[in-house]
Amino acid sequence: MQKVNSVEAVALPLSLSNIDTDQILPARFLLKSRKDGLSQYLFHDLRFNQDGSEIAEFPLNHKPYRDARIIVTDRNFGCGSSREHAVWALYDYGFRVAIAPSFGDIFLNNSYQNGLLPIVVSAVQAAEWRGQLQAAPGAHMSVDLQRQCITGPNGVSITFEIDSFRKRCLLNGLDDIGFTLDLVDSIAAFEKEYRGNMSWLEPEERAAEASAP
Amino acid sequence: MLQPKTLFDKIWSRHAILEREDGATLLFIDRLLVHEGSRRSFKVLHDKGLRVRRPDCVFGTPDHYAPTTTRNVAEIDQPERRAMVESLSANAQAEGFALFGLDDPRQGIVHVIGPEQGITLPGITLVCGDSHTATHGAFGALAFGIGSSEGTHVLATQTLWQRKPKRMRITIDGRLSPGIVAKDIILTIIAKITASGAGGYAIEYAGSTIRDLSPEGRLTICNMSIEAGAKFGMIAPDETIYAYLKDRPYAPRGENWEQATAYWRTLPSDPEAVFDREVVLDAAEIEPMVTWGTSPEDATPVTGSVPDPSNLRDSERRSNMLRALDYMGLEPGMRLADLAFDRVFIGSCTNSRIEDLRAASKIALNSRAVIPALVVPGSGLVKRQAEAEGLDRIFKDAGFQWGEAGCSMCVAMNGDIVAPRERCASTSNRNFIGRQGPGARTHLMSPAMAAAVAVSGKLVDIRELAGASYAEG
Repeated sequence: MQKVNSVEAVALPLSLSNIDTDQILPARFLLKSRKDGLSQYLFHDLRFNQDGSEIAEFPLNHKPYRDARIIVTDRNFGCGSSREHAVWALYDYGFRVAIAPSFGDIFLNNSYQNGLLPIVVSAVQAAEWRGQLQAAPGAHMSVDLQRQCITGPNGVSITFEIDSFRKRCLLNGLDDIGFTLDLVDSIAAFEKEYRGNMSWLEPEERAAEASAP
Repeated sequence: MLQPKTLFDKIWSRHAILEREDGATLLFIDRLLVHEGSRRSFKVLHDKGLRVRRPDCVFGTPDHYAPTTTRNVAEIDQPERRAMVESLSANAQAEGFALFGLDDPRQGIVHVIGPEQGITLPGITLVCGDSHTATHGAFGALAFGIGSSEGTHVLATQTLWQRKPKRMRITIDGRLSPGIVAKDIILTIIAKITASGAGGYAIEYAGSTIRDLSPEGRLTICNMSIEAGAKFGMIAPDETIYAYLKDRPYAPRGENWEQATAYWRTLPSDPEAVFDREVVLDAAEIEPMVTWGTSPEDATPVTGSVPDPSNLRDSERRSNMLRALDYMGLEPGMRLADLAFDRVFIGSCTNSRIEDLRAASKIALNSRAVIPALVVPGSGLVKRQAEAEGLDRIFKDAGFQWGEAGCSMCVAMNGDIVAPRERCASTSNRNFIGRQGPGARTHLMSPAMAAAVAVSGKLVDIRELAGASYAEG
């Protein structure tokens, strides 16, 4: 995972609520691997007509937004399917920060694992920024993770909350697995006690196919 | 005196290995379910030079890409899909975990076969790289969907870091009207609290209406928790669940069964336990539900009409609704009963169990489908049971297609798709834009309602069809 720190870039306003991961990356592209270039499929059915031409109204197709690195959207962004491809497609397109009043819970965890910084702000704040960005297409916003600070298109800054651990992982480009593997002794000790006291839980198959639905 | 605890808290604390400085908990994971989509979790594991820590706790089955027409992997004509199914088998062989392969009668949708095999048990933690994993919470498990990176983490360590969610209790008391089923309950809940209303929460469904549901009905309810924003949805285990689980292949037996049930009986929330949010519904007010829009929160009674965006004052909400109506090919004020349908899908991890197929077959009996209708059982064993009861004959005689188990047209990844602008009555869980295929127009509803659409081409108020005989058994 790449390190994340400060980003100053064009911000894309997307004034839609409940943008699910099927819209971020439609299921038919899940057969593609990341090296196939998932960014070309990002928001595919919102971006392209069935003949492959661009849908003019979709803001990512507007020239000023093409280099966007920050997305400002509405409630429940990334709801739906757990597919991590949705985060990879956003990241590989170039997005580093997603700002919304709320996120899908699984999407949120997937974002942290991949260096995409999700930031929750109030619905009023998100709407205000989207309005400013729509009024001045191509306007920049900036996010400073170290200082936990976002500067809007109008130059006004606010602070945001993030777990200290998540922050450190993002700043240092670390994923959870390395950290957890260092705790292997604690896990083994827990497991020993647990298996001792919950022996009924040891998986044990009885008959090959004895069951009725 | 001990502090009163919720069902959720009891299972959480029993699995907590340690807490991190930021409050995240390292949870021990009892069961991991994997499917074709877990391929990358294994690849990253192997790229890191790691192996599966507890292969005895991992169970796999192909479902998302499982073909509806054959049980022979070699007959999957699209090479990329075939490769997905084959990679799961290869990983199972390399790592030594149990696989219910395409040619195994126990194969099926992960969320159907977990309970069916007794892999899903009360009081356990169970995860899967699929957002509908809360399904297993219906048996009193702490079950949730995870991403691919988290999947690798579980494979490598048998643990996961999670922040404890807030707790919400949704209580439903009273008797349901005849014909009203679990699908109507959960669509009513989502319409009430919205698709993001339970974000950051673990839901416990409680009350006499929930306790009166069959295991299948409870699975339908918990399955759609994620459509209300909740990663976790659960129901206190009780005698109904114990009776279902007894003698299942992977359930404890003998002395272990006695120990297990003794533990399970301690799990229900203490009477004084406090929830962060309480929602209360009256069963008598729940009607047959159907969705009109592109989010499961866009659900309304079947007797209703398409809402009018001009009634919304917020301009963004208005444009969101206009966009949904445009996609769905609907005009404000249209009566839902007047919509003409093109296709029906009965299946998915929400509604593909034996009870669902029985309910749909009652409508199909001595009738005739007027539009294409596909029925896909949730597992090979559900299919076998349905065939033993003659349900397949009822469907086939009525002109319905009878398929092989898998996710099929719910997620449209195995080639079963709804064509652009086709209107589909579906028993699945998501009416998202493009979910059943690009341009597909999905209306979610119960199995009996979907079968009624198949034989009439239109939505029918299920309460008007033979009344009480459709009461949930």
